[in-house]
Amino acid sequence: MLIGLHQASVRFGAQLALRDISLQVRRGDRIALVGANGSGKTTLLRLLNGLLAPCGGQRLLGAGAGAGAGAGSGQGSAAGVSRPVTAMVFQRPFLLQFSVRRNLQIALWLAGVPAADRPLRLDQALARVGLQALVDRPARALSGGQQQRLALARAWAVRPDILFLDEPTASLDPSAKREVETLIDEFGHDGMALVMSTHNLGQVKRLADRVLYLDAGRLAADLGVDDFFNRTDLPPEVAQFLKGELPWT
Amino acid sequence: MNAFSQSFSLALQLITQADTTLWQIVGLSLQVSATACAVGAGLGLLLGAWLAVARFPGHAAVVGLLNTLLALPSVVVGLVVYLLLSRSGPLGAWGILFTPTAMVIAQSILVVPLIAALSRQLVADALREGGDELAAMGAGRLLSAVLLLAHERRAVLTVLLTAFGRAVAEVGAVMVVGGNIDGVTRVMTTAIALETSKGDLPLALALGGVLLGVVALINLALGLTQRRAIAGAGLQAGPTKC
Amino acid sequence: MDLICRTLGPAGLGLALLLTAALGSAQAQTATPSIVMASTTSTEQSGLFGHLLPAFKAASGTDVRVVALGTGQALDMGRRGDADILFVHDQPAEQKFVAEGFSLKRLPVMVNDFVLIGPAADPAKLRGKDIAAALRKLASAGSTPASTSTGAASAGFVSRGDKSGTHAAELRYWQLAGIDLAAAKPAGYKACGCGMGPALNIAASTGAYVLADRGTWLNFKNRADLAVLVEGDARLFNQYGVMVVNPAKHPHVKVALAQAFADWVVAPAGQAAIAGYKIGGEQVFFPNAVR
Repeated sequence: MLIGLHQASVRFGAQLALRDISLQVRRGDRIALVGANGSGKTTLLRLLNGLLAPCGGQRLLGAGAGAGAGAGSGQGSAAGVSRPVTAMVFQRPFLLQFSVRRNLQIALWLAGVPAADRPLRLDQALARVGLQALVDRPARALSGGQQQRLALARAWAVRPDILFLDEPTASLDPSAKREVETLIDEFGHDGMALVMSTHNLGQVKRLADRVLYLDAGRLAADLGVDDFFNRTDLPPEVAQFLKGELPWT
Repeated sequence: MNAFSQSFSLALQLITQADTTLWQIVGLSLQVSATACAVGAGLGLLLGAWLAVARFPGHAAVVGLLNTLLALPSVVVGLVVYLLLSRSGPLGAWGILFTPTAMVIAQSILVVPLIAALSRQLVADALREGGDELAAMGAGRLLSAVLLLAHERRAVLTVLLTAFGRAVAEVGAVMVVGGNIDGVTRVMTTAIALETSKGDLPLALALGGVLLGVVALINLALGLTQRRAIAGAGLQAGPTKC
Repeated sequence: MDLICRTLGPAGLGLALLLTAALGSAQAQTATPSIVMASTTSTEQSGLFGHLLPAFKAASGTDVRVVALGTGQALDMGRRGDADILFVHDQPAEQKFVAEGFSLKRLPVMVNDFVLIGPAADPAKLRGKDIAAALRKLASAGSTPASTSTGAASAGFVSRGDKSGTHAAELRYWQLAGIDLAAAKPAGYKACGCGMGPALNIAASTGAYVLADRGTWLNFKNRADLAVLVEGDARLFNQYGVMVVNPAKHPHVKVALAQAFADWVVAPAGQAAIAGYKIGGEQVFFPNAVR
């Protein structure tokens, strides 16, 4: 197990955004997180990534890939074992008003990658996503698809054990969507665990092997992707969700 | 209208004559205010960044106090610093009353709330946009705030220019702690005040014009370097051949 | 950290240069020996110091840094120890300063005179050589109803009201004229709490009367239709004194340098420099140090 939750809840003010969530993210997992708007997908991603603290229950950390991976954003760790390294990609990437190169350098620096290793990692990350030609352009001058690829390069460069993605293609045009999906797929094959929230059920079919369904902060289903789409005895809210969403894939 | 036309030609005369006293006074004005802004930037930007991310009981009160200090009259700041630096005051042993150093201290106190209040808002707004991503990349709150200051450097520059304007244009503080000593602590604004009180209104206006002209040149230079940076980065479509 | 430094590099470098330049110039200024002299705005605005102090610097190598305030403020500065030497013109206040122990000795240096300034048309008919009579006339002119046929309203009077030597002298003249200001101010009496120049500005724009020192008046450029109406009364003479601040009260005072100035200004060299200062060919200050 890389990261797990045990009966974790998250509260915002008076409202419980997540209720008693228990799940595990394992090495090699390709998890899709689906649910209606406001069901808590983003909150769950942030909780898993350690950006939020649970008000009840626990967040558990397993072992990371080992030495040299750099600092992760987890809380607490077993003594002597390195924590899992995580990275996150958002729907609209926040890029600093610097060049593509500088953005990657800052990301590597924040992740604790030693200075000697940074130039190589930077070049490799750019090559991985195909942005070498734009290395000195201001990051904000890139197109939407290019910016998202830069965000993926930024994540890839820190060699994360888990990559969290919050609706990464929702703002992109179809061709950019395809490019980004392809990259995500390849990252999964490279060995990264993926946890991705999405509204796009076609994307779920293409990229995921496991589906988590959130309904008003509760984890209503945790199934393999085939089971999710083909079983007839799904909880009623899941079935309804599938019926409502399917025509749009 | 006579005073205005007189002062305009007087201003031109002053500039072309390159009177050494005048340029010494202009130089001192710029030095004192620029140094005060540098000090103010160091303290104010950090304070603003910290306030944007800090959470503690009474945070709202501190922000309210900071915003209130924006209305500090410059002469009040001058008086407080004077009483502190006076030989009969707690810091009298420093012996820096009636020196440019005292003027820098007074003007720094004047601009720190300005820089802190504006940069706090700047950073808070930028944090709403990118705080999550920076945190996900491993940046602590304060480091995120500092990174965002670098990210919003154009807005920060405007804040610093505002602070510089406040400093170079004020007369109350530098008059009280500097004493308007000829050749030592006389700056443009105190010289203008002196000429006004001597009844030489055209000269006072002319000096005011010279001061504005110098600051305009500085802003022009800054604007040109910014324009070159933006053009070099290829962010603007200009009228070029297809 | 190096990344942030590189990003903010150019700005930081510029600021660092400015800082060092500022500090450098500040240090250059502290190299010459100097004393701080508290004096009055009217003395500074007369331009005397521009003429006198370079002569002293040539003789002694010492810079005299003049902080010009009202007499009251100048004396307070001396009490606080923020000045090394005082150069003011209010004998009773100066004697009190010595009595309080803030100075060991007061030396008379020079006199100048006050003049009563007013609109050239002189609606209150004050022109003459007697200051007490003029002020009496002004006070009574204010209390009679305005004459509609001549269109002359009660003429105003601008007082500095700022604890300065000039203000103190003005109050003494009202007393001489038998007018009790505390009981009833003459109609049109306005206290501005300001320096000589601003008071003259107000008088010029409102057509009022004002008591001024001749030095400031000769240098004043915004005259409108103001003119000298009363002068030459012996009581209008204004005595200047110099006092070194007592080191017993304030040990840091630069006694030697300050005493050097006091000694120089009452000696023939200083006295000649004072007499040599002219505005438009007219001598403004008359040296009268005791030999």
